Amino acid sequence: MTDTAEPRAAGSRLVLPAYERPVGLHPPRDDPGYRSTALRHPAEPLVLLPHRLTEVTGPALGSSRVTAADADLTRRHAGEPLGQRIIVHGRVLDSDRRAVPDTLVEVWQANAAGRYRHQVDQWPAPLDPNFDGLGRVVTDSSGRYSFTTIQPGAYPWKNHHNAWRPAHIHFSLFGRAFTQRLVTQMYFPGDPLQPYDPIMNSIPDPKARQRLVARFDLDRTEPDWALAYHFDIVLRGREATPFEEPVEGRDDDDE
Amino acid sequence: MSEPTGSTSFGFDLDGSRIPLTPSQTVGPYLAIGLTWNDGEEVVPAGTEGEIRVGGLLTDGEGVPIPDGLVETWQADPEGRFDHPDDPRGAARASVTGFRGFGRSQTVNGGHWQVRTVKPGPLPTPDGDTEAPHLDVSVFARGMLDRVVTRIYFPEDSEAHTADPVLQSVDVHRRPTLIATRVDGGYRFDIRLQGEGETVFFDL
Ligand SMILES: [Fe+3]
Repeated sequence: MTDTAEPRAAGSRLVLPAYERPVGLHPPRDDPGYRSTALRHPAEPLVLLPHRLTEVTGPALGSSRVTAADADLTRRHAGEPLGQRIIVHGRVLDSDRRAVPDTLVEVWQANAAGRYRHQVDQWPAPLDPNFDGLGRVVTDSSGRYSFTTIQPGAYPWKNHHNAWRPAHIHFSLFGRAFTQRLVTQMYFPGDPLQPYDPIMNSIPDPKARQRLVARFDLDRTEPDWALAYHFDIVLRGREATPFEEPVEGRDDDDE
Repeated sequence: MSEPTGSTSFGFDLDGSRIPLTPSQTVGPYLAIGLTWNDGEEVVPAGTEGEIRVGGLLTDGEGVPIPDGLVETWQADPEGRFDHPDDPRGAARASVTGFRGFGRSQTVNGGHWQVRTVKPGPLPTPDGDTEAPHLDVSVFARGMLDRVVTRIYFPEDSEAHTADPVLQSVDVHRRPTLIATRVDGGYRFDIRLQGEGETVFFDL
């Protein structure tokens, strides 16, 4: 921005980043296979919202909201939870390959038996007194995150007869702008329930569905301790602009 | 995941390609486990001068309150500034002590949500227009495969609304769904996901 004698009124040049607008990526909000969408989707067409100051900014919710203990879901109680201990790690990136550092990642999940610690979840699988299913981490300067947990179990739901959710971990991400806010679920490789799950299959593109499936990661498996899974999360990038972007935060040496 | 090759220092591959995005999934019925913050509803601390409560009822296509939803708000401070590096006017520490800009409220109280905040200031746009004071809102719930996004405007700003490019882009008959009503201690803003009086939602 140049310094001029004119006052910086609303009319002075304000150059904002614009974020890409993905088409056909996210599930349709009205999906007959997922019955609860019927009364919970807008029937009227959406109105285009330009990316202005409120949309290209977002809250800085970094390390002040988490402690180191929040990255280990297996150590929130005196005893250890039952189940297969796993490490889930990866990077949070923009689609233009920029790392998203210092951003809050919140996760929650069922226990090894597929039961959530929540009053609404009453199916006959045991609660685990040593497992809450809650974790929080903040990405590092390269956008990396990692947490330790147990492999969640599958669980039934009432969408249709004999409906079961494949094993999954819920993820919530902020990114650096309101445009990048994302809530999603991570699935596990080789889960036979995935082809039958209306929620996973609400994603129109089969390749995009597979991007929610973590990759087994032998290199990060800790001998005699825990299996590891790799799950990268890619948030909306910016439209190319004629302005050069600073390169801070970039890091191409993953693994 | 294999690593990108041939990328330039400007964040794009030499061929300009991007890496594909992660799709959205529903927050599900158990969001309270992962997304509960004790101070979620406090965009500003209690006792802040000029504090207001903004809240209302979240309802579905039959007008039934949604008790398992999550409403989040994001806004400028009263001077219309953001403490954020992408504000080209410069990141500005909020003029209000303890201002977070962000609020999060679960609709567990019979579909009601609420945040404690202060009214944001107006904002300039790249076109030289002025956006009237507003909050950006995201709504998440079981049965919603992707969030919906709306905006809250304030009823006393009707003159500024006539110059607000976003409000003016909305059908005049539906515009009132974006304007809160004054109530004791703040403003009421009901969010109707579908049907009669459906709130205007935006393609972000
Ligand atoms: Fe779940």
